[in-house]
Amino acid sequence: MKTVVNVALPKGRLGEKVYNMFKAAGYECPAIEEVNRKLVFENEEKSIRYFWVKPSDVAIYVERGAADIGVAGKDILLEYRPDVYELLDLNMGKCRMAVAAKQDFADSRESTLRVATKFPYIAQCFYDKKCRDIDIINLNGSIELAPLLGLSDVIVDIVETGSTLKANGLVVVEDIVPISARLIANKAGYKFKNGLIRNIVEKMAEQVEK
Amino acid sequence: MMKRDEQAVFALRELYEKYGYSRYKMSRFEEYDLYVNNKDFLVSDEVITFTDRSGRLLALKPDVTLSIIKNAPDVKGETQKVYYNENVYRVYTGNSSFREIMQTGLECIGDLGGYEIAEVVLLAAKSLALISDNYLLDISHMGLISALLKNSGLSQKGVESASQYLQSKNSHELTAMCIDEGIDEKEIKKLNALIDYSGQPKSVINSLNPLLTEEKEIAALNELVLLCEILEKCGFGDRISIDFSVGNDLKYYSGVVFKGYIEGLPAGILSGGQYDKLLKKMGRKSKAIGFAVYTDMLERLENKSVSPLDAVILYENGFDARLIEISEGFAKDGSVLVTASLPENRPYKKLYRYEKGEVTLIEDRS
Repeated sequence: MKTVVNVALPKGRLGEKVYNMFKAAGYECPAIEEVNRKLVFENEEKSIRYFWVKPSDVAIYVERGAADIGVAGKDILLEYRPDVYELLDLNMGKCRMAVAAKQDFADSRESTLRVATKFPYIAQCFYDKKCRDIDIINLNGSIELAPLLGLSDVIVDIVETGSTLKANGLVVVEDIVPISARLIANKAGYKFKNGLIRNIVEKMAEQVEK
Repeated sequence: MMKRDEQAVFALRELYEKYGYSRYKMSRFEEYDLYVNNKDFLVSDEVITFTDRSGRLLALKPDVTLSIIKNAPDVKGETQKVYYNENVYRVYTGNSSFREIMQTGLECIGDLGGYEIAEVVLLAAKSLALISDNYLLDISHMGLISALLKNSGLSQKGVESASQYLQSKNSHELTAMCIDEGIDEKEIKKLNALIDYSGQPKSVINSLNPLLTEEKEIAALNELVLLCEILEKCGFGDRISIDFSVGNDLKYYSGVVFKGYIEGLPAGILSGGQYDKLLKKMGRKSKAIGFAVYTDMLERLENKSVSPLDAVILYENGFDARLIEISEGFAKDGSVLVTASLPENRPYKKLYRYEKGEVTLIEDRS
């Protein structure tokens, strides 16, 4: 059986950009561009097989070996800490993880800080370093709502352009870490499909916009 | 039929005994103190604890190595070679509950020299060969990594992050951090070489050699060269590679470290190294090297389909001595299930009915 590299792509706009990057690097797959209901797309000649998964699941597919490589945001890698290789910064999907609050917010150390977030681990680590006592409020969406309704004092979330924050009267108080899409690889897959994966990484590196 | 993990455990035990390692059996519980003092050495720092009847805080063992060290002799000239096959209790990242995991491994503790180190690495390679035809042993050297990190001029915090970046082959963030800390370009190149060069030992060694300048770096590389030569001579030349992403905690590991992979499993099945620093931390003078094989992972390679029973005999109306006689006859030639009702989800080849001292075939699927 011919060895094929399995690639987990994140569904959505970023994923399409990432696929175009693979295509430009010489790993096109015509089937993926057709409109159909298929889930897995293969180009045997190029020894590559793509599938779309939920962006936050890419790291799981790669860590557990269902995919050999994949593209995941640094936010996901920091939050879930999968045991994978992080081979390349694709320099796309750029944004930052930041603390935001209402414009009139001033942090006083007198009370526990209530933090609403989708990224409890990142938030906890950030405030642990400052020895700040916090109460994490785990939300799954519309994080910006939390400070407006008094559910939390601040939020820890991804900020792209800042327009959602601005429209809701919120401002960035502190930056935590810059985020971008990363090419990750399963550690065992990298050993057994080393030549193929190294070639992909090399060609993808040429496509990264500096 | 033995399952793959059971077969592996037997084969490994035989291998280790052949080299004079003796079985180390330990109790299920250990004082919690032992683990709390060496938390970072454990794969996960969560431990199941409970108080025993005298009020001592005990733990269900999450690790075997610490217990072996605790009880090992610390006398010059003496070496203890042991292997174990024990259940440990751990939480894996991303999982919320504890799991009982079967772990096999060996430890060589005491007044170690080059021979013992080579023997343990060789046994690691042989262990993998027993488990699978397609395997790889990645070898790295913590002495080399720590010397390079120390000589680079990175801050203490920087060294810790750099060690993480090496483990994930993350050269973009490693470079960015070094530039941030104002590290010399030549040193950055050296650190990146640990990521860039991996694979076939000879080519990695040849590429690294001209970059190394400090005595400790060269000594560590020479140790690696010697080790690879030995493994090559023993026929493992195409099964080993040098890969510095096989790093481990700088606080505990000092010399050679290694990780074994077999095809079909997404993570390393064997992991080990020389951990003199842990012994030093525990107030001992001796050295130690060892490894663990996570045999429970082999379950993933098992064929999930259930093999069909050769015969199923349906019977009614109470106990009958004749039925035992008949089932004994069937059991001689194959598997037989005697039951009053047809079991669900249990494939079979032939179905019989037992009535009045006789069996009749009612269905043949074979």
